[in-house]
Amino acid sequence: MSNPKPATTAAPGNGALLATIIRGQSVIVPILALIVAFAIGAILIAGQGVNPISAYASLFHYAWFSSDGLQVTLLRTAGLALTGLAVAIPLKIGMFNIGAQGQFLVGAITAAFVGYQFGNLPGIPLILVALVGGIIGGAVWGWISGILKAKRNVHEVISTIMLNYVAAQLIDWLLNSYLKAPGQAIPQTPKIVDQAQIGNLGPFPVGFLIAIVLAAFSWWLLRRTVLGFQFGTVGANPEAARYAGVKLPRMYAAGMTLAGGMAGLSGGVQTLGETHYFEQSFAGSLGFDGVTVALLARGNPIGVVPAAFLLASLRAGAPGLQFDLGVQPEIVDLVLAITLLLVSIPILAKLLVRKGATAAPTPAPIEEELR
Amino acid sequence: MTQWLAKNKSAAIIALVVLVVAYGFWAMSPDKATSMLRFAWTLSIPLVLGALTGVIGERSGIVNIGIEGQMLAAAFTGFFVAANTGNLWLGVLSGLLVGAVMGAFLAWIAVVFQVDQIILGVVMNIVATGVTSFYYVQGKVLPSAMPTFSIPLLSDLPLVGVFFQGGPIALLTLFTVLGTWYALFRTRWGLRTRAIGEYPTAADTAGIGVNKMRIINTTIAGLLAGAAGVFMSMEQTSSFARDMSAGKGFLALAIMIFGAWFPGRALAAALFFGLASAVASQLQADKVVDIPQQFVNLLPYVLTLLVLALAAGRVRAPASEGIPFVKGEGS
Repeated sequence: MSNPKPATTAAPGNGALLATIIRGQSVIVPILALIVAFAIGAILIAGQGVNPISAYASLFHYAWFSSDGLQVTLLRTAGLALTGLAVAIPLKIGMFNIGAQGQFLVGAITAAFVGYQFGNLPGIPLILVALVGGIIGGAVWGWISGILKAKRNVHEVISTIMLNYVAAQLIDWLLNSYLKAPGQAIPQTPKIVDQAQIGNLGPFPVGFLIAIVLAAFSWWLLRRTVLGFQFGTVGANPEAARYAGVKLPRMYAAGMTLAGGMAGLSGGVQTLGETHYFEQSFAGSLGFDGVTVALLARGNPIGVVPAAFLLASLRAGAPGLQFDLGVQPEIVDLVLAITLLLVSIPILAKLLVRKGATAAPTPAPIEEELR
Repeated sequence: MTQWLAKNKSAAIIALVVLVVAYGFWAMSPDKATSMLRFAWTLSIPLVLGALTGVIGERSGIVNIGIEGQMLAAAFTGFFVAANTGNLWLGVLSGLLVGAVMGAFLAWIAVVFQVDQIILGVVMNIVATGVTSFYYVQGKVLPSAMPTFSIPLLSDLPLVGVFFQGGPIALLTLFTVLGTWYALFRTRWGLRTRAIGEYPTAADTAGIGVNKMRIINTTIAGLLAGAAGVFMSMEQTSSFARDMSAGKGFLALAIMIFGAWFPGRALAAALFFGLASAVASQLQADKVVDIPQQFVNLLPYVLTLLVLALAAGRVRAPASEGIPFVKGEGS
């Protein structure tokens, strides 16, 4: 990116500086947003009569430095990052996946089923089968939305919302009948066998590493492959893409299948890595948190990891706030909302770059529009 | 009327068939038919109101996925203001106002700062969930139940009388649908609204204040989302529960698209959804079919998907929804 101004009007070196600022903007804006959001959060905490510094100290102590705090935080990061990818990938095609919740659930229960049903398999193959099962489960659920859009022009927002409910009810039925662990009051599956549980590789949970690898893979897929380029063209202008020979139905189906696979894997990782059995309530609001993560990362697959880490840290530390200081844990949601809001203000980005610099890009809209 | 019939043959035929079936059923067992329709209508009311919020917003070019948050915040505010002040109507009013204020916030930030509207909707949902559980207190009750009214003559009609009795919001819903349709398609305001949602540059050239109108419309639409919330915590039930909107705002978005951004069709879509639920639970209750409860619960969702897949409507969203309008930069 170079300064388009003639060299005579700009001091030497100015162009390089400007270019650095513009490149750094994708890092500077979120950091500034975070600082402001935490400052506003501090005011709110102070309003409750609690010292904000000790509140934040307690928050991050719980999230990062308590006995297995960082473990839990990183595991949650993995789940959130993968569901974030499940939203970010379709965004590239101009599709809005609100169905990560359902895709997650289907993936999680499939992985749990494999994990206890095929207990005679040795560790590594069993884990692989269970994770692949999770991917397939989620991918099928995503594919339904994709194929409905591709073949019958059913809006993906409708189909993913409907399929969330359908998944929840179907799974509730399975948990109360065929997959129910005997002798449990709450409907849940039996525990997966010991060798199906995934632990740590060095200091990091395996699930976290999987998430990082897949974030990098998604970035490569979207930025460096023909498929990714086609996704981008469809997202920018479906009519132009079709005119250029891109098969739209195939793109819609592929995008939603990929997304579903990511969410399903998220379910698999959580089942094998954290909970070791399946219960309906495990998903929590993960699907919608995936939307938050993807938007916080502005749809960038690499950005999804730090965004997920932030969200996971806030969520993991929130109980500490309540425990130590009696601050309501919902305060972290407000901090999160403010961050998201500030990250998304194009003007904030514009202000950082000198006025009149024509090279100043405003962050591209997350998606052109909801179709 | 004849012109309308000629243009909407299939709609007229479907409506006729539904009416014949409904009254046939009513002739066989009047009580059951009436109670099923009441069940369906109660389920539909928040969905219709939420969908109308979406219709007005998107017709003016503002995408609102924060309807869920608006409903939740309004349900919360309405209930607790009424419980704390002892005045029902103050509660209703403040619930409506909260919906409107959130709508104004969405449109204002979207217009002035050009923040992505999807993100704003998500932010509103997060904040509403956070704030309503932050300030939630247990053990409050409404000073009294919401009064119910019935419109003379109309409410005595067999079966459809259900639409003309109930609490104030339930009663006004049908008229709100009619009013929104009339306003959008028969008034100058409606023509302008549709213009700024389709082709804001042309509207601007014609002297319409695009951004001002977007803010005003989204604010008015917020009143309806507020009404949906107030209905949930004060009419349908008399209590507020955490996360009581439970995805109804998103369902309303689906209904809005199902209804192809038309108020009347959104009403039909919501009623279809409600009736599917009513039929499923009635079959279950009568032991006509012995299927697990979960299948009864998921029937309306699957049916909606099936109908959409089979009908494969060529629906089209307003062309400029979600795109900020900047004077002089349009094409």
